[in-house]
Amino acid sequence: MAATNTYIPFPSKILEIIRHTKKEYTFRMEYPDALHKIRPGQFFEISMPKFGEAPISVSGIGDNSIDFTIRDVGVVTDEVFHYFEGKSLLIRGPYGNGFVYDDYNGSELIVVAGGTGVSPVRGVIDHYAHHPEDVDGITAIVGFKSPDDILFRDDLDYWKDHIDFRMTVDSAKGQPGYREGFVTAVVPELTPKDLNTTKAIVVGPPPMMRFTIMGLLKLGIPETNIWLSQERKMCCGLGKCGHCKIGDTYVCLDGPVFPYTKSKTMID
Amino acid sequence: MEFLASKADVSALFEAWQKDYDIYAPKLFVGGGRFSDTDVIRYARITSPDEIVWDKKSLYSFKEALIPPSETLFFYSGTNVTESDAPRPAIIFLRTCDMAAVARLDQIYEKNGAPDYYYDRKRKAMKFVVMPCKSTCEEGYCVSMGTNVPKGYDMAMDLAADGTYRIDAVDPAFSDLLNKIDENAAVDDKFHIPYVTENKVRVSIPRDLTIDVMKSHIWDEYNYRCIACGRCNYVCPTCTCFTMQDVSYDANGVLGERRRVQASCMVDGYTDVAGGASYRKKYGERMRFKALHKVYDFNQRFGYQMCVGCGRCTDVCPEYISFSRIINRLEEGMKEVRANGSN
Repeated sequence: MAATNTYIPFPSKILEIIRHTKKEYTFRMEYPDALHKIRPGQFFEISMPKFGEAPISVSGIGDNSIDFTIRDVGVVTDEVFHYFEGKSLLIRGPYGNGFVYDDYNGSELIVVAGGTGVSPVRGVIDHYAHHPEDVDGITAIVGFKSPDDILFRDDLDYWKDHIDFRMTVDSAKGQPGYREGFVTAVVPELTPKDLNTTKAIVVGPPPMMRFTIMGLLKLGIPETNIWLSQERKMCCGLGKCGHCKIGDTYVCLDGPVFPYTKSKTMID
Repeated sequence: MEFLASKADVSALFEAWQKDYDIYAPKLFVGGGRFSDTDVIRYARITSPDEIVWDKKSLYSFKEALIPPSETLFFYSGTNVTESDAPRPAIIFLRTCDMAAVARLDQIYEKNGAPDYYYDRKRKAMKFVVMPCKSTCEEGYCVSMGTNVPKGYDMAMDLAADGTYRIDAVDPAFSDLLNKIDENAAVDDKFHIPYVTENKVRVSIPRDLTIDVMKSHIWDEYNYRCIACGRCNYVCPTCTCFTMQDVSYDANGVLGERRRVQASCMVDGYTDVAGGASYRKKYGERMRFKALHKVYDFNQRFGYQMCVGCGRCTDVCPEYISFSRIINRLEEGMKEVRANGSN
């Protein structure tokens, strides 16, 4: 049987572009029946004109749309980003396993995310914020560098009102109303009802993930109850290009979401 | 089916082949080496058997015919995409160790995840002619890696000292062609395709090798000896990595083509991610990553070693780093980490 050409991208219409910061934008793209077809934590290869193809995690899932939060895209400036609305980009995917709700349903859930690491878990937090009955309580801790770097402000407002939500900024740059420090400082303050059944998801830069997991383990959450998502340079998403390989593991095929018990054995 | 063919027979075979195939083989490029007044043997499309270098190993491997240094996947105009044309079917002349490497390329491109379309369409239209080795090369260690016996070829062709060719044609179409060219060429006597039974270099992979060997100090010297040029990857017949690259034809990026280009895990940028992180910044870490892929973790995933022992990485290294020595130091590395572990 001849192989299918999975490198050929398909056009997806840009429904809306949401600006978060000076450098970060969310592209809301058309994707029929996304809610049933896409899992948070999965990724697509997105073609940006004059930039090329890059792996971007799904940062939100709508009924018929998926969000991609894109940083530092040369073509998108204040002047031209509205120009893209209604046009299409070439994309291919989804790739990777993503987060599986069954792993967390019925348990108390703690999600800790830092910076652009909020993108892959935004769908998870949002899902449980809208279906609180599916979990035995959810706490989300998100951290950004400064108030200028905060992503998904509308979602954060919703989460504040509906779940146990905490946010830190590394530096408030003198602005009032922000908690300064790292997300790792919040972890010891958590008081899960039952440590043995509490589940946790951690996504962010490598040092943030390392120290957050240390904190969760110290709190008494078992290793087997922690998941994380690995960011690597998935050039193909198909297990061929090699860039995302860690030991005998291909992050694109076997991840990017891994149980901590697996992830701790993966050494770059 | 075995044949004893004359030079004229093989020339006629080449003529006949070229109606349906492009032929790629190791060829001498006089003055083509990287240093002044040096030659290089590398793969090129040939038209006559006289162009083939029989007595020396090519510096670059046959893999360029299957996974070219740069390969156009498709052309785009806005969101309209046109797939690139498939190349003509090809016949590849290659060494016994290289034939073993084909299985490694197949493993990644055909069997790690779904089959790769661009690889698959070339691979299915490709035939392999093994050029057996009658004596060992300087740096090769195929016997240690178990890749010294020719297997899986469509034809084996050996140029004898008297200028005749001994041929084992497995592919029936190839036998038919030879029978048509010279009805007297077929021989009844079974002759053995030669192979090397001993190399100058031997390697031994520790049976108890684990990822713990990364903690050993054996990798430290490569922090300064290795210059991360990536030549070892580019010449390796089993290295398969590539990076996506867009080439714009116009200023606003509407028209262009997408390529994949060979990539190297030794070269800067290989692991850079959008968030700004990168992994394995030290060259010694990259050497460890590459070495363990070749003789440890590919085996963990697929059940056999990736390295075929061709020795090209050692041949090409501008810093005279011997890859066989790295393999042979793994034992020392394991001893070191075991000793430290028991403290």
